[in-house]
Amino acid sequence: MNLKYFTNGLWKENPTFVLVLGTCPTLATTTSGFNAMGMGLATTFVLLFSNIFVSLLKGFIPDKVRIGAFVVIIATFVTVVDLLMKAYTPGLYGKLGIYIPLIVANCILLGRAESFAQKFSVFPSALDGLGVGLGFTMALTSIGCVREILGSGSLFDIKFVAQDARTILLFIMPPGAFFTFGYLFAMVNRYKKGQ
Amino acid sequence: MAKLESSLTNMVISLSLISAIMAAALGVTYLLTKDTIANVERKNINTAIQQVVPAFDNDPFADQFKVNNGTDTFVCYPAKKASQVVGYAVKTFTNKGFGGHISIMVGFLPDGTIYNTSVLEHKETPGLGTKMTDPKFKNQFKGKNPNSYNLSVKKDGGDVDAITAATISSRAFCDALGNAFKAVHKKVLSSNNAAVTDSSAIQKGGLK
Repeated sequence: MNLKYFTNGLWKENPTFVLVLGTCPTLATTTSGFNAMGMGLATTFVLLFSNIFVSLLKGFIPDKVRIGAFVVIIATFVTVVDLLMKAYTPGLYGKLGIYIPLIVANCILLGRAESFAQKFSVFPSALDGLGVGLGFTMALTSIGCVREILGSGSLFDIKFVAQDARTILLFIMPPGAFFTFGYLFAMVNRYKKGQ
Repeated sequence: MAKLESSLTNMVISLSLISAIMAAALGVTYLLTKDTIANVERKNINTAIQQVVPAFDNDPFADQFKVNNGTDTFVCYPAKKASQVVGYAVKTFTNKGFGGHISIMVGFLPDGTIYNTSVLEHKETPGLGTKMTDPKFKNQFKGKNPNSYNLSVKKDGGDVDAITAATISSRAFCDALGNAFKAVHKKVLSSNNAAVTDSSAIQKGGLK
């Protein structure tokens, strides 16, 4: 069983902390644990299906137009996610709305299509998509949780400080995203080096 | 399976077919989610209407009409109880927020007094501008009549306590409310202030 295709994206080649891909949504949508997880899962969904389809169609796509074809496939699934979220998770959609269409431009998707799915068969590609997607979700959720705890005094919307308590607002503002990302990035890499 | 050669014919066929398949997939998803999305939007609006006007027994969504303040057009949902108008919910907006567009549902009593407000959409800074959805800020508008209540923040000489460190969001909130009041006042309230209890007069004035 080729479980390594799955675990590869989770840790060894984590898209956020190791490959440093898709940093725009990483910084923009991690203001709370829920938002970050929602963004991660939406990306995972698109990644899973774009990998499957790119892998299925790889023999049919001439080399010179492969990027165009990948983008069409990715854009389709992004729009599907967009419509599904609008219909079934309107609350989350309200918060992430403008970032969902931007998944199209997330380089993780094109990166996995280009470097993995077009070279491997369907099953490993699906596993890779799932692994990388969940790795991305994990990274985003951890950043989101840190920022939410420090910036809003809550975790997954459960508040543990008083309503008008002073929290470190900086952490839910854009600079806080960079600080949190930077520190977690350093910690993960320090740990990896020690291994 | 060998790669298709990058000849012009192959590229055209390949891209066209992929686009066609994906377009079909999108069409199907759209059809499947269309009704749910419309329901969700309608439900959101109905919930907001219920929050901003007194209890009613009609369907304000079905009775909606447009109001205009000279520059922008807003949708107005009249709330009626026993066919007497008890309030007007106006879906108003402003583009002056810190994050741009803010959409607010505001309810007016027939005499123009603000009954309540509910923020529908915004992109304000979390922790700062987002406090406009907190009761502390929102409740100060309750029961105020914009005829006598200056809808701008104290910094600008108005009566509104701005949110600390979010003056722009507070200004935008006031702007949206002011726009709605102007529009609704022009079309409905001014012509009926004398006869608020006469529902037929309001209906004539309000719905033409």
